[in-house]
Amino acid sequence: MKGILKQLREGIWEQNPIMVLLLGMCATLATSTSVVNGLGMGISTTVVLICSNVVISLLRKVIPNQIRIASYVVIIAGFVSAVDMLLQAYLPDISNSLGIFIPLIVVNCIILARAEAYASQNGVLKSAIDGLGMGLGFTFTLLLMSIIREILGNGTLFSGLPFELDLTFGGKIQPAMLMIMPVGGFLTLGFIIAGKQKITMIQNNRKRKISKSEGGQS
Amino acid sequence: MSLTSLISISLGAILVENYVLVQFLGICPFLGVSKKTDTAVGMSFAVIFVMTLASAVTYLVNEYLLVLLNLEYMQTVVFILVIAVLVQLVEMFLQKAVPALYQALGIYLPLITTNCAVLGVALLNVVSEYTFIESVVNGFASAVGFSLALLLFSTIRERLEVSADIPKAFEGIPIALVSSALLAMSFMGFSGLKVF
Repeated sequence: MKGILKQLREGIWEQNPIMVLLLGMCATLATSTSVVNGLGMGISTTVVLICSNVVISLLRKVIPNQIRIASYVVIIAGFVSAVDMLLQAYLPDISNSLGIFIPLIVVNCIILARAEAYASQNGVLKSAIDGLGMGLGFTFTLLLMSIIREILGNGTLFSGLPFELDLTFGGKIQPAMLMIMPVGGFLTLGFIIAGKQKITMIQNNRKRKISKSEGGQS
Repeated sequence: MSLTSLISISLGAILVENYVLVQFLGICPFLGVSKKTDTAVGMSFAVIFVMTLASAVTYLVNEYLLVLLNLEYMQTVVFILVIAVLVQLVEMFLQKAVPALYQALGIYLPLITTNCAVLGVALLNVVSEYTFIESVVNGFASAVGFSLALLLFSTIRERLEVSADIPKAFEGIPIALVSSALLAMSFMGFSGLKVF
């Protein structure tokens, strides 16, 4: 149980796929324009990630080493097609606004990277939890970005959901359109990663100080 | 289909709808290989080569295989397989036939399979209902747009490495992202550009 929690925490914070591993940037930048889009993308990717990790982990002893990348890609593409069709059928609005980025989950480096680095070497349960942790980390970062970009760029929060908030005070404040344009994506992600690096630096400094003072005492 | 429409597709793909800076396709190689101008040039040629070829092949596969068999829902799976096979074939062909070019592009070729710009152009060609020639031109022009952004950005990054005073937390990727934001802003100047 403790191991599971640790694995999840690693996916969400210490090994966060976007902020630390720098994987899956295209999808992150393109779909974080609003909370609904960001969540839609995050959850779709998480589902594909868990499914592909489980299947690849199950097949890890069957797949020949030389053609493993091609096999992984086919497995991933199968799940992506399934998610694509499900979204088209049940959530056509999200499917429309995410557009080409749903089929492009196939080439999201996070999924292939976890297949190669984790699922191909570990058991089914561990791989499933790894997929969940990484997926949650991805969704968390997307959510953070899309909250910032939607508030600043569109003046709303959760637009498209039943509890939509209007933060422009009836149109008195002009939202900065730039933030939902590509420029805003690059800027927001740059600042978020810088923030994460700053926090890591502070934590490391604190650790060093503690170990120093302990060293002094002994 | 006329020459003017081909020119407007190309200019649109290179400047107005630039793959990296406007559509967010191919960000990973854009950030990954832009540290040095030499590697950026190598990657650019490899991408132009593969994207043009991939546009042509995926068009033919889609038109004469998937549409005829009513299998359009298999597009994603088939396209990624076609691209992976194509990259592998190109690699083997170059190794035998043009070793000099293989030496130059060698390491970048396998990376291209997971470049979302390649799968992106294949899917967008289908969505935009381009003809064969339009697809090929669009593939080529999009790749040129990608290369343009990559080269511009690599020169900026080389300069950042040597002469900029960057806050510690911003070192590495964050400052690269902020500078690409500025580059994207300058490309916004092209939006609304219409040639004909």
